[in-house]
Amino acid sequence: MATITVDGRNFDVGSDKNLLETLLWLGFDLPYFCWHPSLGSVGSCRQCAVKKIQGENGDRSQLVMACMEPTIDGMEVSIQDKQASEFRANVIEWLMLNHPHDCPVCDEGGECHLQDMTVMTGHAYRRSRFKKRTHLNQDLGPCINHEMNRCIQCYRCVRFYNDYAGGDDLQVFSAHDNVYFGRHQDGTLESEFSGNLVEVCPTGVFTDKTLKSHYTRKWDLTSAPSVCHHCSLGCNILAGERYGSLRRILNRYNPEVNGYFICDRGRFGYDFVNAEDRILVPRERDRSEVILESSPIIASLKTALASGEVKGVGSPRASLESNFALRELVGSDNFYNGMSGGESELVQLALDFLSNGPVKSTSLTEIEHCDAVIVIGEDLTNTAPMMDLALNQSVRVQPLEQLGQVGIPEWNDAAAREYLQNQKGPLYLLMPQPSKLSRIATKSFRRGIPELIRLLSEITGLLDPSNGPTKVQQPASGSPNAAREADETVKEIAAALATAKRPLVIAGTSMGSLPLMQAAINIAIALHRKNENTRVSFVFPECNTAGAAMMEEKSLPAGQLSGTAPHTLIVLENDLYRRGTPNQIDEFINRFKQVLVLDHSETPTTARADLVLASGTFAEADGSLVNHEGRVQRFIQVQAADELVLESWRWILKLGKLVDNQKLTAYSEFDHLVDAIEQGCVQFAGIARTSLPADYRVHGQRLTRAPHRYSGRTSMFANHSVSEPRPPQDQDSPFSFTMEGHPGIPPESATSHYWSPGWNSVQSITKFRSEISRGRQQSDPGVRLIEPSGKAYLEYLKLAQTHDHQWQLVPLHHIFGSEEMSIKSPAIAARSPEPKITLNSAQAEEHGIKAGSTLAIIIDDQETALPVQLDADWPTDHIGITAGLPGLPYMEGNSIVQLKPPGNEN
Amino acid sequence: MLSSLRSMWLTFLHLFQKNITIEYPEEKSVLPPRYRGRIVLTRDPDKEERCVGCYLCAVACPVDCISLQATEDEHGRRYPEFFRINFSRCIFCGYCEEACPTYAIQLIPDVEMSEYDRQNMVYEKEDLTIDGQGKYHGYNFYREAGLAIKGKEKGSGHNEEPPVDIKSLIP
Ligand code: SF4
Ligand code: SF4
Ligand code: SF4
Ligand code: SF4
Ligand code: FES
Repeated sequence: MATITVDGRNFDVGSDKNLLETLLWLGFDLPYFCWHPSLGSVGSCRQCAVKKIQGENGDRSQLVMACMEPTIDGMEVSIQDKQASEFRANVIEWLMLNHPHDCPVCDEGGECHLQDMTVMTGHAYRRSRFKKRTHLNQDLGPCINHEMNRCIQCYRCVRFYNDYAGGDDLQVFSAHDNVYFGRHQDGTLESEFSGNLVEVCPTGVFTDKTLKSHYTRKWDLTSAPSVCHHCSLGCNILAGERYGSLRRILNRYNPEVNGYFICDRGRFGYDFVNAEDRILVPRERDRSEVILESSPIIASLKTALASGEVKGVGSPRASLESNFALRELVGSDNFYNGMSGGESELVQLALDFLSNGPVKSTSLTEIEHCDAVIVIGEDLTNTAPMMDLALNQSVRVQPLEQLGQVGIPEWNDAAAREYLQNQKGPLYLLMPQPSKLSRIATKSFRRGIPELIRLLSEITGLLDPSNGPTKVQQPASGSPNAAREADETVKEIAAALATAKRPLVIAGTSMGSLPLMQAAINIAIALHRKNENTRVSFVFPECNTAGAAMMEEKSLPAGQLSGTAPHTLIVLENDLYRRGTPNQIDEFINRFKQVLVLDHSETPTTARADLVLASGTFAEADGSLVNHEGRVQRFIQVQAADELVLESWRWILKLGKLVDNQKLTAYSEFDHLVDAIEQGCVQFAGIARTSLPADYRVHGQRLTRAPHRYSGRTSMFANHSVSEPRPPQDQDSPFSFTMEGHPGIPPESATSHYWSPGWNSVQSITKFRSEISRGRQQSDPGVRLIEPSGKAYLEYLKLAQTHDHQWQLVPLHHIFGSEEMSIKSPAIAARSPEPKITLNSAQAEEHGIKAGSTLAIIIDDQETALPVQLDADWPTDHIGITAGLPGLPYMEGNSIVQLKPPGNEN
Repeated sequence: MLSSLRSMWLTFLHLFQKNITIEYPEEKSVLPPRYRGRIVLTRDPDKEERCVGCYLCAVACPVDCISLQATEDEHGRRYPEFFRINFSRCIFCGYCEEACPTYAIQLIPDVEMSEYDRQNMVYEKEDLTIDGQGKYHGYNFYREAGLAIKGKEKGSGHNEEPPVDIKSLIP
């Protein structure tokens, strides 16, 4: 604790922050540019000057940069001091000398930190009569727009992009007042986190190109707190709507999950909501007008339900509430979690270990504090992008410990990086495919899956010699050199993990290999015996994989259906053709007399449906998701949906009424479902705490989705009718769809936009959060449903056999494309890769396969042909195939892959 | 009693004063050029649309009767895709004109816009746009802005240096 005096008033503050952050948290308005809560201080913009009062009568007072000053007990500073204020006004005036007259056509306008700071210092008129410097712009790809004239040389962009996110294709060029921030040549920014430049850059140099295509000012966006639906991490987002279409995604700060950043898939993947293939009206076979009450399909559904002949397939990409409602409708015996058998088995194992084993799962931000990490079979950059960013921070944990000795505080970013240079803590990657993380990894150890399993068992044995798993039987493969290297690596990894304070094991489902996950679990068990602070993290394929798996164990039935002859199939937001080969799925669907599908976008499955009900996307629905760590988080509806588009759970409630389902008729609102889940499913106890109930009010008022400066209300629909329609009502959340409601700062979990008086940009988040923390409410980072009980997993797992197909399939996931929905967004599609097959160079030569040639293969019973890429480090007998992109065959870890003999093509 | 007589006398005197009411609509009143009447969207000296779709008029409007959607041509020039004013709501306060950074939106001394059907009070861009510059002549926003558009490359705006050659080593 420290006591400081600011402009004559005393404050008790913490001493771990720099002075600027302390002053902002105290609520003072002090302009700044180069400091960022996550990036720390470098003191380069000279904007945050304050007077530090020293000496008798202040005669030794000096101007200091607040961001470079530690907060020291007894210090006295003045913000209002004349010299300090003039200094700050001068700095702004210099920054604005060359600033273009762009605000009206600048996408940053209205949420521009530079505008805010200029107003704050009082600089209003350009006095300079000299000409303005100009710069040429670059084409930085489909996501980011570049307008270099607006730069104020704060260096935040390159500090985020290179230092924080590990990118290397955004640099600063040229010299003196000509410095230029861009790429060495035009081209798409390669980093998976480039979208954060939009928020990090305090000016309009880097702006969101997808927003530009349907540009709306911040004050016109109807926004709600939401959760990203594009991978299992569940980053928190703010989604904004105008004129009925979704316009952009911003980061929403969550101290336990994504902090200040999100990945590009999450930021630019939203356009599927506006896509052509949205289902906006229900349709029955060929008729587009559906009257459920008189539909023969519903009539026969009713009889089928009575005799238990209805099967319901849930979905790992649908909300918990929708899955739950469907389970209530068809009964839990007839409900399936909607995953393929192989995937479900892996997920169940992971969840079982997390809840019954001894080791705790990490939150995303906790990863940033782990000091030794082993990543097993998971290409994180592509399957859980924000974990890549977190690991970029965790490799600094060990080196950062030295800072204490030399007296450099951690927030002093320039000094810390200078002192530590390129030192990195231990990060080991064990997987067959190359990974972008190898840039920062201590070692990227690329081996085939059987060999990896063997090495992992050895590591487990080294960590816990007394009770290690059975010694490995297979002999090491390959040359003696490779064997020696493997041996050394195993020892190195074991030593690094054993000596770490907070070791972390990351594994996942993307390789589809059960023994690999078991081997990872064994390492976690062994480590935990040594060190209680051991953590584990599993990556799942979809946004609610964990939730669906916790709701129901039964996966999509591959073989015979149990019970009576099936009659009706109800599929919830699930494209079954992504869960099995076309033959398997056809066979499954063909067993039913009628098929009912609820979804928001057209899929091959909706094409097979007799009745399609138009569901809302995340933007048009309320719901909860369980992320990879077992944290349940609520997402709130952003925009009012078309009349015939309902949340899936609401459709199911409707069906429930039509078929007189006792349970479902009792529910009519979202909160009823949440309460039913809370009471009916022990595994979800606590879910009711994730969000405010629909009747929550502040001083009798709702919270607002629209900002208080929302414009055009009496005109936006006037072309249809000059009489304004009644605003849509929301029964499911405490938010109004308009600006009517509580004008003050809402509880942090219910933030629909960041704003604080005088601070219109996203930088207001610092002010905003400080006001919250001084007020009533701490943040609500969602509720963790899973804590390790330590009851089971006292013994090591016996590893399952790896399959012995000729080729081991390695699905190659890609951040841009492998996720079902985000690929429908043009910006993501433009960054998606060309599908390819990867083989070991030497082995390919044996088979006479050349790089670049097209190779025909058969995966289970599906034929496909893709261009070949060769890789000398690729493990033999492994075949890498791009996964998940539209048009690619279905595959899973133990699919049987055959090369089609050449010459057989017809 | 006396004050009543005085009032009657004063009223009587008015009979001999000049009429200030006129025979509207046969006779039109002359409104000063700065009178706040019907709103128009003007063009710049090059006859291009002045409005750049900045939304400032919309946000300034106290009754929220302006709505628009900004879009861009292939050379990066911004303009409104649609621009709508609901005159049945407009209070002719002139805030939009004051907020407009390009002189695009202007209030003109025309007040004859009564309609039998309220729906006809909704004006779209086609109804609002005039061919001239309105009250403010000579201003062309894109000449001042740093944004490049067709016919104005980077650095060729008013008061601008040519673009920096970032490969130059000259100190
Ligand atoms: S960066 Fe900010 S100050 Fe500069 S033109 Fe854009 S909105 Fe205006
Ligand atoms: S581009 Fe933006 S973030 Fe980078 S130096 Fe310029 S103003 Fe700062
Ligand atoms: S890491 Fe996953 S949850 Fe987070 S923004 Fe990216 S896709 Fe969304
Ligand atoms: S303020 Fe002017 S330039 Fe901006 S949108 Fe309105 S009319 Fe167009
Ligand atoms: S914020 Fe302190 S110098 Fe830039």
